[in-house]
Amino acid sequence: MPAILRPAIVLLLLMTALTGLAYPLLITAVAQVLFPSQAAGSVVLRGGRAVGSALIGQSFSDPGHFWGRPSATAPQPYNGTASGGSNLGPLNPALADAVKARIEALRTADPAGAVKVPVDLVTASSSGLDPEISLAAADFQAPRIAQARHTSVGAVTALIEAHARGRVLGFLGEPRVNVLELNLALDGSR
Amino acid sequence: MVPSTLALAAVVLALALLLAKPLGLYIANVMEGRPIWALRLGAPLERLVYRLCGTDPNAEMGWKGYAIALIVFNAFGALALYALQRLQLWLPLNPQHFANVSADSSLNTAVSFITNTNWQGYSGESTMSYLTQMAGLAVQNFLSAATGIVVAIVLIRGFARRNATGVGNFWVDMTRVTLYVLLPISAVLALVLVWQGVPQNLSAYKDVTTLERVDYEQPKTDAAGDPVKDAAGNPVLEHASTQTQSLPMGPMASQEIIKELGTNGGGFLNANSAHPFENPTPLSNLLEMVTILLIPVALTYTFGRMVGDTRQGWAILAAMVILFAGEFWIAASNEQAGNPQLATLGVDQAPGPLQPGGNMEGKEARFGIGASALFATITTGTSTGAVNASHDSFTPMGGFVPLFNMMLGEVIFGGVGTGMYSMLIFAVVGVFIAGLMIGRTPEYLGKKIQAFEMKMSAISILVMPLLVLVGTAIAVMLSTGQSAVANPGAHGFSEILYAFTSASNNNGSAFGGLSANVPFYNVALALCMWLGRYWPIVAVLAIAGSLAGKARVPVSSGTMPTHGPTFVFLLIGTVLLVGALTFVPALALGPIVEHLMMWGG
Repeated sequence: MPAILRPAIVLLLLMTALTGLAYPLLITAVAQVLFPSQAAGSVVLRGGRAVGSALIGQSFSDPGHFWGRPSATAPQPYNGTASGGSNLGPLNPALADAVKARIEALRTADPAGAVKVPVDLVTASSSGLDPEISLAAADFQAPRIAQARHTSVGAVTALIEAHARGRVLGFLGEPRVNVLELNLALDGSR
Repeated sequence: MVPSTLALAAVVLALALLLAKPLGLYIANVMEGRPIWALRLGAPLERLVYRLCGTDPNAEMGWKGYAIALIVFNAFGALALYALQRLQLWLPLNPQHFANVSADSSLNTAVSFITNTNWQGYSGESTMSYLTQMAGLAVQNFLSAATGIVVAIVLIRGFARRNATGVGNFWVDMTRVTLYVLLPISAVLALVLVWQGVPQNLSAYKDVTTLERVDYEQPKTDAAGDPVKDAAGNPVLEHASTQTQSLPMGPMASQEIIKELGTNGGGFLNANSAHPFENPTPLSNLLEMVTILLIPVALTYTFGRMVGDTRQGWAILAAMVILFAGEFWIAASNEQAGNPQLATLGVDQAPGPLQPGGNMEGKEARFGIGASALFATITTGTSTGAVNASHDSFTPMGGFVPLFNMMLGEVIFGGVGTGMYSMLIFAVVGVFIAGLMIGRTPEYLGKKIQAFEMKMSAISILVMPLLVLVGTAIAVMLSTGQSAVANPGAHGFSEILYAFTSASNNNGSAFGGLSANVPFYNVALALCMWLGRYWPIVAVLAIAGSLAGKARVPVSSGTMPTHGPTFVFLLIGTVLLVGALTFVPALALGPIVEHLMMWGG
């Protein structure tokens, strides 16, 4: 038995040192040099102040801002330390109720809005921190934002187009736009 | 099905298949100890490891010695991981001052990570210190992957060797696989992930001031921190408001990549690969999917190479690709069809140039339908269990695919090593059935398949259904089992069935609504993970030992070829037949009845 115990313990210790300490610390060091911004969480600065991460969504409810995906994190939406989805099944009545309430809120904010609501604007993301919405969801909100900011719908859709991301090579990614990026641009142009 | 969805699947498969030969050849060279440059470069380090271990690298082990070494080594890994979690508050690299993890949760997580399951009852960003993540969880991501690979290699040696008593040296195999395969690939690809935006640091969580103030309700707590309840026993809510968002930090990229490469699946963060920090872009998503497939696909070539006939490996791979295509088609088309319940509310679910459409509940905008359905098919066809969307919120048949993938024993590419050895067991069963049907002596790769091999194959295949069905049956009968369910009706049953299927197959993905971080599930699922892992491993090693000792039967006119289309379909038939016969009743009570309810009204 000692013929097995010694290599078992020693190999575990050596591998822990190698894969559990040396490897992550080396990657950390190289990452700091090559990609310092990404390694630190892609933090967005505005006037020297950290206002968020380019990769992490925030909660918006001001009619003059673009709204992001509904977030199922608790207790508050877009809680950075409690990622997760709603896990509601497709036939769960709670899902239909939640979607109904979100459509209601969008209609209240913009009674003259389009008849059909893009699906991603009324369904919760898997992470609860989705930073992006589809272009359809952004376009849907353009009239409301134009009205709240006393500008033309054309100006808002032009902003969406300027920040839009599409399918790279026709298959990689979905048509979408970063909500924080859009709202920072809106606030900056005010 | 949308063209971009098909194109994405084709590109991911093509990349994995293109890399199969070079990587498979490299793995074969490493495991056979050929003097390639990597091994010459690492030789001094290897010699040091063996000297410190006090082991002779040239000493061959029999299958029993190999099995004992494997289990003892894994048991120490579990102990170390358990201890790290229980003591993390007093250890360094814990900037958020996370408390020590509870005993039952630590047990569950320790077993979960040594068995390559990575079922996560806990929420990473609010539970685990950086030290526990790096030196505990990530280490087992490497070692459990290495364990799976060496078992597959031993089985392959069983077919390749003649009249041999030894099957290899466990310490050497583990060292080589980690040193020459897992570590270098991880190191390179981790940096690609950082480039795409995955954080990699040791800083405390970063607080940022958001653009808008958020008003919300939260449960009221008393001075002791316990929730206040009203007369009816419901928690009292109080109003709260914040303009601060706390961003989780940590050494994520280094852990993220081995989580995929080792088909582990245990995320740094609760939302796993759906979290924009773990999987920030469509490109990182592509990379993660290809990385999951890399080793399982390459091992089919390693197999062909080591048994001296690469056509044998391509045949196995062909069966996997055909099964994969079918499963992916079901998942993608059902997710794209969307949810009829939402359509009646005036929700636009049609795909177009401005949106992916479909069932977007529990999916990320950057992945849409195609990349989510593809990830789900890949993560459960292999034993990964990483998720980039909430499987619990999939349509019934979209959720059926991950469930059925696991029920087939995770052989659609399969986990690193586990997929290869599980598929070879099905091949052994397949040639045995074919032999019975046509009256030929069953043999595979020149080795006679006899009573001992069949007994061990049956043991290896049957333990998983036993654990899944008995475990699910017990859970649905107990009130503590039922009360963890989040969704009503058939979907709630699917949640429990999924949990036991995932644990017994060492997958780790979940229908996440199930509140499984309670003593009953922590212990029951730990048991399933342990038995579902080591029972088949011991049986496979026994088969390997028995095969290695046999002579090779020369090919004759009575030999059934095992590299042509006939064999491929025999293999697919065996996999589907065993899986379907075992699980159709359970599936009918879950996703199938839910599907009929959704579309039948």
